[in-house]
Amino acid sequence: MNQIRLFALLLVMTLLLTSAGLAFADELVVYSARNEQLIKPLFDAYTEKTGTKITYVTDKAGPLLQRLKSEGKNTRADLLITVDAGNLWHAAEEGVLRAVDSPALGANVPDHLKDPNNRWFGLSLRARTIVYSTERVTPEELSSYEALGEPQWENRLLLRTSKKVYNQSLVAMLIAEHGKEKAEQIVRAWVGNLAAAPFSNDTKTMEAILAGQGDVAIVNTYYFGRMLKKDPNLKLALYWPNQGSTGVHVNVSGAGVTKHAKNPDAAVKLLEWLSSEEAQNLFADGNMEYPVNPRVEAHEYVKAWGDFKASGQNLASAGMLQKAAIKLMDRSDYR
Amino acid sequence: MTPLPADRAGASRRGSSRFFTRPSGWQWLTGVIALLVLTPITVLALAWLDPAWEIWQHLQETLLARLLINTATLVVGVTGGTLLLGVSLAWLTGACEFPGRRHLSWALLLPLAMPTYVLTFVFLGLFDYTGPVQTQLRSWFGRGIWMPEMRSAGGVVLVMSLALYPYVYLLARNAFRTQGKRALEAAESLGCSPLEGFFRVVLPMARPWIAGGATLVLMEALADFGAVSIFNYDTFTTAIYKAWFGFFSLPAAAQLSSLLVALVFVLIVVEQRLRKRMRYAQSRLAPQAERIVLQGGKRWLACGYCWLILLIAFLLPALQLLRWSLEIFHAEFDSRYLGLLGHSLLLALISAVLIAAVALLLSYAGRRHPGRLTQGLIRTSTLGYALPGTVLAVGIFIPLAWLDNQIIDFARDHLGSEMLPLLQGTIAIMLLAYLIRFMAAGFKAIDSAMHRVTSSIDEASRLMGLRGVKLLARVHLPMLRGGIFTALTLVFVDVMKEMPITLMTRPFGWDTLSVKIFELTSEGEWERAALPALTLLLSGLIPIILLMRQSDKD
Amino acid sequence: MEPLLELQQISQAYGPQLVVKDLSLSLKKGEIGCLLGASGCGKTTVLRTIAGFEPLLQGEIRLNGTVVSRAGFSLPPAKRQIGMVFQDYALFPHLSIFDNVAFGLRKLDKTELIRRVNQALELVGLQTELNKYPHEISGGQQQRVALARALAPEPQLLLMDEPFSNLDVTLRERLSMEVRDILKEFGTTALFVTHNQNEAFAVADRIGVMHSGEILQWDSAHNLYHQPVSPRIAEFVGEGALINGVVKNAGQLETGLGLLEGIIKRPLEVGSPVQLLVRPEDVVHDDASPVKAVVVRRSFRGASILYALRLANGDLVQALVPSHCDHQPGEKIGIQPDVRHLVLFPADA
Repeated sequence: MNQIRLFALLLVMTLLLTSAGLAFADELVVYSARNEQLIKPLFDAYTEKTGTKITYVTDKAGPLLQRLKSEGKNTRADLLITVDAGNLWHAAEEGVLRAVDSPALGANVPDHLKDPNNRWFGLSLRARTIVYSTERVTPEELSSYEALGEPQWENRLLLRTSKKVYNQSLVAMLIAEHGKEKAEQIVRAWVGNLAAAPFSNDTKTMEAILAGQGDVAIVNTYYFGRMLKKDPNLKLALYWPNQGSTGVHVNVSGAGVTKHAKNPDAAVKLLEWLSSEEAQNLFADGNMEYPVNPRVEAHEYVKAWGDFKASGQNLASAGMLQKAAIKLMDRSDYR
Repeated sequence: MTPLPADRAGASRRGSSRFFTRPSGWQWLTGVIALLVLTPITVLALAWLDPAWEIWQHLQETLLARLLINTATLVVGVTGGTLLLGVSLAWLTGACEFPGRRHLSWALLLPLAMPTYVLTFVFLGLFDYTGPVQTQLRSWFGRGIWMPEMRSAGGVVLVMSLALYPYVYLLARNAFRTQGKRALEAAESLGCSPLEGFFRVVLPMARPWIAGGATLVLMEALADFGAVSIFNYDTFTTAIYKAWFGFFSLPAAAQLSSLLVALVFVLIVVEQRLRKRMRYAQSRLAPQAERIVLQGGKRWLACGYCWLILLIAFLLPALQLLRWSLEIFHAEFDSRYLGLLGHSLLLALISAVLIAAVALLLSYAGRRHPGRLTQGLIRTSTLGYALPGTVLAVGIFIPLAWLDNQIIDFARDHLGSEMLPLLQGTIAIMLLAYLIRFMAAGFKAIDSAMHRVTSSIDEASRLMGLRGVKLLARVHLPMLRGGIFTALTLVFVDVMKEMPITLMTRPFGWDTLSVKIFELTSEGEWERAALPALTLLLSGLIPIILLMRQSDKD
Repeated sequence: MEPLLELQQISQAYGPQLVVKDLSLSLKKGEIGCLLGASGCGKTTVLRTIAGFEPLLQGEIRLNGTVVSRAGFSLPPAKRQIGMVFQDYALFPHLSIFDNVAFGLRKLDKTELIRRVNQALELVGLQTELNKYPHEISGGQQQRVALARALAPEPQLLLMDEPFSNLDVTLRERLSMEVRDILKEFGTTALFVTHNQNEAFAVADRIGVMHSGEILQWDSAHNLYHQPVSPRIAEFVGEGALINGVVKNAGQLETGLGLLEGIIKRPLEVGSPVQLLVRPEDVVHDDASPVKAVVVRRSFRGASILYALRLANGDLVQALVPSHCDHQPGEKIGIQPDVRHLVLFPADA
């Protein structure tokens, strides 16, 4: 009769473990697509400062959003954090975020880095720029994202996959700036210049430049930063394109208060704190990103890569045009 | 379908037709399990109520042809590759004798503990253009040297075959183990060369086991997202993710997924039809079948081949993980790792036992009721394995959240009390989700062992007054020990590696090793993910080694 | 006539252990041979070597005059035209009865193949079970399918490894007769191994008694029984007992059965000890006889009773007596030896 005993044991264990999910009612609950190792230090600091307990669960933005939708008004989540504007825009569209009226947030986050209806706010800025081989390219040869489609880069350009949201946002911004037709021409020209099939991530893309597979690529700056930290003599450099025109493409990691938040006021307070001078460096520096708060300087290590003019397009359009961007890239055979 | 003698007797005892008899407890059980699995699938299929024409049209205009070709290539290639590797290795270690055979026979299972995405990442890191191998070759022979493009269909097929062959190996090995050299000798005495005999007798005799393994591989290959996305190889799965995360259309993703499920169902049914009424019950249990003792050069060829596969599929990647882990150990390791490890082990252990138990009951139900209905329900119960994990996770979560909301509303309206979600974020739900996902792994292992129990054994036992659960416990369990161990191992390792369901259904704070890997890899920090990956690998080895010690005893 | 199968002084070893030593035998076409011996005596190894599954250490195996095995050379089993019936039948579970039997015939065209399969199955009386699978038929039927499968390609030689050991006793006796008839009808030369002498006697023309890798005697059943070459064979084959005796002058032999004459056929030194094989049927119950023996055990066999008897000098003999002469253990009965069939061995043999 061993099985019966085994089943009984299982049942008891299950019940015991089950009770773990039912604790805590008065704290903030955060659904985060941003890594635990990036958000945990912030939450710890906030808890120490204010006494507010924060519980969080991490996952990809898609599942988190779906979770919010299915839970509806009974959700426990107060705050949703993502690592790109597109998903925040989509969350707002789906109606799971609430508008927040906060002067502090208004002052801390520039208009183009937040929802026009105040349902989400950028918290750190991630620049997607050009990286080049210092051995085979001089900065004078470079000028803009668009120019990477010119014949001189034939068989020299490397790109990350079009399935990554960073590239989808980039192309969305190109559509916003140039219109669909022109944007498609640019993307087609890029694809024509590719020296290798698109890579699965930015680091691999840069490693391919080092190995000589290509000479230039478009990457997020913090991936470059990580490589540079490992190898200070890295034979790669960043280039800030479109400085005379539209500026460097940026995206945000940001957050919004959920529509059915149980502690909306506390959530707004946390959001305000995250955008404040006090927390901005902690938020951005952990991943070598840029603060959104104009009164806060980036970390020195990051500043050393140079100042740049960032795109002033409102990031909501990244979300709005994401679908169009993907279709465009599919049509252009950008994989 | 010819009913087994046992069933014939049962049917005539109960009445003239099976369809007019009351369903037995076994059938109820099968029905409940099938219903559990069908729920998320139905939720996904319901998405067809609102077909995402716009996305379908876009796919049809741009990607669809490539997706289909790529997916077909992947499935055919990986199934073929795993069959080639799995069957050859299983036959060598199961039916032959050569130097190192004993150790190799369990070592060759080790890649099972290596998550596909980890193997892929490490493999590409080593062998891609930027990797040390090609870099070294270029420095010796100049830049012009031709090298195969790793990030290609061939590369994906190779890596996934290396990662998934243990499924075929594990199941086929059991079959070859009992076959020994007798079958081949019989064929030879009838005028077959050894090679002919291998294809006409040795392979066909092991077919249900090989097919069981291949079905698992096929489902894994269809559902895989990690490996193909690292290769940037567009398949049905990447399209599902693109529809969801890119186009923000879960309905489109669900529609694509339900096609995948339908495809797998058709494949399973076709395979079963082809098998018809062939029964593979051995006339006698001969666990110590004599091995073919390889002579001369062949011994070393066999030995070298096994080592080569082990080297590429396991030793090299494991070493690379170890190297990375050592680099980051000081920065990364803290006491939290023990917590992660504990959670992973506990979840894997409980779900392995749970799933093996349910699989056993299912397989037994199928044995008692060879009718269409029961068989159909059983096949349905294994479909969860074919869905991309994230999609299945949503399919599970939506009805769950709905149920929770009903409960909460009921409590508010009728009891006047506010309460938190009752089901969500409980371990029980996580286990249920694992059950839905990994039923196939447990079932295939146990069911193929069940094939070996002849119906005469049932009859003999029944004559001695053993029926139902007692028959199961006293007679079948001991005979199925190998299969049950296999099921436990497969599920244990699968749950350890599982990511999307764990992410979506875990209670707050219940992070596991694979959650940690997700955290690190989501921002491309693969090297830092080496530590949890290695820990996961090492803990996955425990059941595998236990399994092999067990099967050596048999 | 050239023998169909000839084994010349073959030796065979597993590792350092010699399992077959200098073994020779030959079978003529159409003959049925049998290797009889306890398990572990090497008989199965000989069979497997003839089939080509084991390499040969020394000696030579010729089939139809062609060498098929010698040290360092072994014709592949498939090329020997030897059929084999395995102890566990080794039917292919994934093939129907028809396909099992047709397995060795695939080079034939379809009509011929069907004809041959039907012929083989008819021979074993299973022509109605064509479409069943091995697990669907009984053990005896499986055995016959195995035989049909091995016979269908019309092999030069059929080997059978303990072909009846998995059957129950009644089936075993019936089938062994049937198999002999089938083989004779087919004109098949066959060699089989068994540990059961009744099977050997029922089926084989020539029997080799094997012991630790050697054939002690290769002879007809009759000769093995009545003219065993050594006491060991005498004890192994058939029932009976060895009693002690001493050679007296004038060709007389002194034994527990009295002073016997007419047994000594070669000159033996007077006074030398000998052993005498006494079969049960050689001991005749005769109340008038001066030789008395005590009944030790009796076993009723229907028509007759087999008695174990203790002679005055302590030697044990067996006697087969018509069953109407019923005696209980402890009774003393008179017996008379029938000296025509007694076999004499020098004591040191």
